[in-house]
Amino acid sequence: MRSRGPSNRLVGVSQLVVLIGGAGTAFADTAQTWSPTNIFAPASTPAKSIFGLSLFILAVTGAIFLVVFSLLLYSVVRFRKRKNDDGREPPQVYGSNQVELAWTIIPILIVVALFMATARVIAVVQRTSPPGNAIAVTAIGHQFWWEYRYPDLGVVTANELHLPVSDPAYPTPTFIQLLSADTDHSFWVPRLGGKTDLIPNHPNAMWMDPQETGVYLGQCAQYCGTQHAKMLLRVYVQSKDDFDSWIRQQRQPAFVNEAVSEGQQLFETTACINCHTVSGTVANGRFGPDLTHLMSRDTIAAGAASNTPENLRLWIRNPNAIKPGSLMPAMQLSEQQLNAVTAYLETLR
Amino acid sequence: MSTDALALPRTELASRPVVSRLHDWVTTVDHKRLGILYIIYALVFLLIAGVEAMIIRIQLIRPHNDFVSPQVFNRLFTMHGTTMIFFVVMPVLFGFANYLIPLMIGARDMAFPRLNAFSFWMTAFGGLLLYFSLLGANGLYGAGNAPDVGWFAYAPLTSQTFSVGHSTDFWILALLISGFGSIGTAVNIIATALCMRCPGMTLAKMPLFVWLNLIMAGLVILAVSPLTAAQIMLLVDRYLGGHFFDTQAGGSAVIWMHFFWVFGHPEVYVLVLPAFAFASEIIPVFSRKPIFGYSVMVGATVAIGFISMSVWAHHMFTVGMSSAANNFFVISTMAIAVPTGIKIFNWLATMWGGKIEFKTPMLFCIAFLFQFLIAGLTGIMQGAAPFDWHLGSSYFVVAHFHYVIVGGILFCLFGAFYYWFPKMSGKMYSETLGKLHFWIFIIGFHLTFDFMHIPGLLGMPRRIYTYEPGRGWDTWNFIVTIGVFFQAAGILVFLGNLIWSYFRGKAAGSDPWDAWTLEWSTNSPPPAYNFAAIPIVKSRRPLWDLKHPADPDWKYE
Amino acid sequence: MNSGETVMSATSMTVAEGTIDWERPDRGRVAMLSLIAAEAAIFTIFVVAYVFYLGKSLTGPMPKDVLSVPIVYTICLLSSSLTIHFAAKSLRRGSVLSFGVLWLATITLGAAFLYGTGTEWYRLIYQEGFTISTNLFGTTYYSLVGLHAFHVVVGLLTLTTVMVFTMTGSVGSEHAERIDVLSLYWHFVDVVWVVVFTVVYVIGR
Repeated sequence: MRSRGPSNRLVGVSQLVVLIGGAGTAFADTAQTWSPTNIFAPASTPAKSIFGLSLFILAVTGAIFLVVFSLLLYSVVRFRKRKNDDGREPPQVYGSNQVELAWTIIPILIVVALFMATARVIAVVQRTSPPGNAIAVTAIGHQFWWEYRYPDLGVVTANELHLPVSDPAYPTPTFIQLLSADTDHSFWVPRLGGKTDLIPNHPNAMWMDPQETGVYLGQCAQYCGTQHAKMLLRVYVQSKDDFDSWIRQQRQPAFVNEAVSEGQQLFETTACINCHTVSGTVANGRFGPDLTHLMSRDTIAAGAASNTPENLRLWIRNPNAIKPGSLMPAMQLSEQQLNAVTAYLETLR
Repeated sequence: MSTDALALPRTELASRPVVSRLHDWVTTVDHKRLGILYIIYALVFLLIAGVEAMIIRIQLIRPHNDFVSPQVFNRLFTMHGTTMIFFVVMPVLFGFANYLIPLMIGARDMAFPRLNAFSFWMTAFGGLLLYFSLLGANGLYGAGNAPDVGWFAYAPLTSQTFSVGHSTDFWILALLISGFGSIGTAVNIIATALCMRCPGMTLAKMPLFVWLNLIMAGLVILAVSPLTAAQIMLLVDRYLGGHFFDTQAGGSAVIWMHFFWVFGHPEVYVLVLPAFAFASEIIPVFSRKPIFGYSVMVGATVAIGFISMSVWAHHMFTVGMSSAANNFFVISTMAIAVPTGIKIFNWLATMWGGKIEFKTPMLFCIAFLFQFLIAGLTGIMQGAAPFDWHLGSSYFVVAHFHYVIVGGILFCLFGAFYYWFPKMSGKMYSETLGKLHFWIFIIGFHLTFDFMHIPGLLGMPRRIYTYEPGRGWDTWNFIVTIGVFFQAAGILVFLGNLIWSYFRGKAAGSDPWDAWTLEWSTNSPPPAYNFAAIPIVKSRRPLWDLKHPADPDWKYE
Repeated sequence: MNSGETVMSATSMTVAEGTIDWERPDRGRVAMLSLIAAEAAIFTIFVVAYVFYLGKSLTGPMPKDVLSVPIVYTICLLSSSLTIHFAAKSLRRGSVLSFGVLWLATITLGAAFLYGTGTEWYRLIYQEGFTISTNLFGTTYYSLVGLHAFHVVVGLLTLTTVMVFTMTGSVGSEHAERIDVLSLYWHFVDVVWVVVFTVVYVIGR
């Protein structure tokens, strides 16, 4: 007969933990095929930390559900009035102090356990000071687009965030400061972390260390007005080399091309420059996205349309056709003017 | 059997002109009539808000749908939420409270009948004012617009900068005015329960229904007032150049959230405690046993009332509070699960060892128990702040609170309608139609709200008029929308049953359920004066004592 | 089981024999206390906003730059609590004349307080140029003090109504309970002023 000593039990428990952890990871791997924004497919430490906690909570609440549900089901079946009932009232029971005590103490213990698990994850995720090698990004929420500034790297861009991948052995996390230019927004890319709000006059911070390259999706998660639904998020996690070359390219001033000088002239003499910046030119508006490297982006209008010449032209002609309620006005350009401006913008790589 | 407030002979009743009868209803201070006015008012707005929900769901049935514009969609979810909470659920619960409390405590009316009427008409006017915005406001997009800032109206979206025109003002004023009505009703309920009980009915012998509504009234007093204050501040910002929530002047958007949720969280307990009250009366009668653990039920409810004032910022976990604050609200949120769970266990223990009759009221209350269990557990999930950093502001939250409000509160309300309809109308409803309503509705409820959790887990945020394909949300949204049609059908069966039975139902008698509280000792419907003689009671179940003189409750309590 | 049995009139429900001693609180008092609780909650939110925004104004005058402590008018208002207390006691004793005098004194003191608030605001607005839209302090100050003044106005209106009824001889010792309930409201207004005074003129300055 094998002895059931404490060491055997510990081995049993740790085997169980490994099993659950393995199942969890396997689950996470399949989970991302169901949806690119699946909270159960974490790819960054904060997200993984939350994922672990969520499994624990789901297990505990699942167990509670099974127990209480079974009791309810049993009582409804077992104590139903039968057809051959004698018409007498059943024993009138008014209460029981022991039972009340039992189902008060046990839930309190469960609550304590859940709280302790939760507090640990709060401590892990709510770090306030970034490590020395962290990339610093400032994200500013606008109605209805995202502004990104890399203060140490001298880059300003919009809507598509690029981050270096982080090696778990030598982490290179990104710390994002979250500000707002107008009303409340919320940054939510589920696979990279929980959401944090962008609130005017209330700077917030979050961090992430994505561990796999790829494109991660999300969107604004705090109602901010008419086009809240199309304030989409795209995060491009790249290898160190790719990220560095992206940074280098973004730091260049805008390409100048004589062939599109008509369009550039039009751009710079119409109201465009009141809202948009094209670095190296007179355009330095801050109300709308920086367009210096517009063509380096896959989408326009914060993900509302893919970045094709047709969409770009349509957007300039009538933003409401793509994003009704967007704050960019229709510029009332003629067809020929539209062609010229679009051609100009197409050169802003 | 009298069917009218005045004990006039039948022939004279039939010949009174419609105008005169309408005048009676408009000027009534009788708690029973005001109760019915509240209930009918709520049912009308239930239909309106229900249609709003249907349009929302049709828009979301597939990605990139264009059934309605984003502007209209944003108004729809604002109006749906605001209407349902303030002009459907609160009025219908106040209606039942007004109708039943005096009857259950052996009184002739509420403590302040004229205040009662005033409160009803304030609430009614508030609802009309909210919908008048469709005609009277001019938003940015043309004349006549409903508010589109969400039912919680976060700053600074509600400032003059971002909410041009008057639609937001209609939201503010409608809620301010109906808020005064709510406070009036709460004052009345407290005064009635504390001061008008019949001889022998100590607080320890008061029906749980009255206890729960009393605690609810206390919460209204403490919770609606902060909303009133916050809305006055918002009006000061919008019209007097104030800076309460003006972030450009150093004001805080977060402080609006604190003020709103200090109201908003206790508000959901205002909504759920009367639902618990219904369950606490119905489940014992259809299990043929007294409620298990009466004193513990009262104590747990008092605990819920207190703790509910301390959990509000669990609606703000993503706002960037310190980890200390987050931890505090995690603890308080999880703590409130303990007394709530105790109540579920006590209802379970009430059924245990009983002889359960599956009449329509009991069907709805049994479903409530299962569904409220699930709703409570998804609440615990969100109470764990890091988990809420995903779940918050997503469709998981929408699924959770609809599970509570529809699966919990509305189901208990349906139970209450069927249970007390015979008392209020004197007629029995059709049990067949009642069961049909139950099964159609519960299928729709689960289709919609079970599956609604999934898009939340897959990253779908709230309050979006459309969504991208390729995120894995499409199928679930489709199923969710289908369920809505079942629920609509169920509601139509319900209303049809009520109306048909009112005119053609069999006479119900004063006590069709063989129940035990004082309202069942009166006629159905009760005369204007309720009781010929004020009763004297000795136990919690006065009618049990009457029906079982050899074995009365007061020997065992 | 008596389901289906119709009862033609409500049966007398005397379960206990004889009569019993049955005490319940006065509903006017309970209602007024509930109302006071609600009002206290409203004022609490305004006080919280005031305290939260102390020192956070981006521009403009600070409290100590423009506020002068209204000692005299505070004494007026707090004394009116004394006069209303003694007025209520007089009425309970049956001396309607001294009730009327003390009641009038209460109204006068309350009106003096309002006058003081008015002159203070006049000075702040027209001499200091300090309004509700000047800065965060302005917004929270005028809102809080204004909300309180509004409640004083409402109180004075009800007190004046009672004064009119007193002068037409309609008020007697049988109304003592109602007068007590009304004084509860007035005492509440005074207590709120103590809080507002402490927060605005003592702590905040």
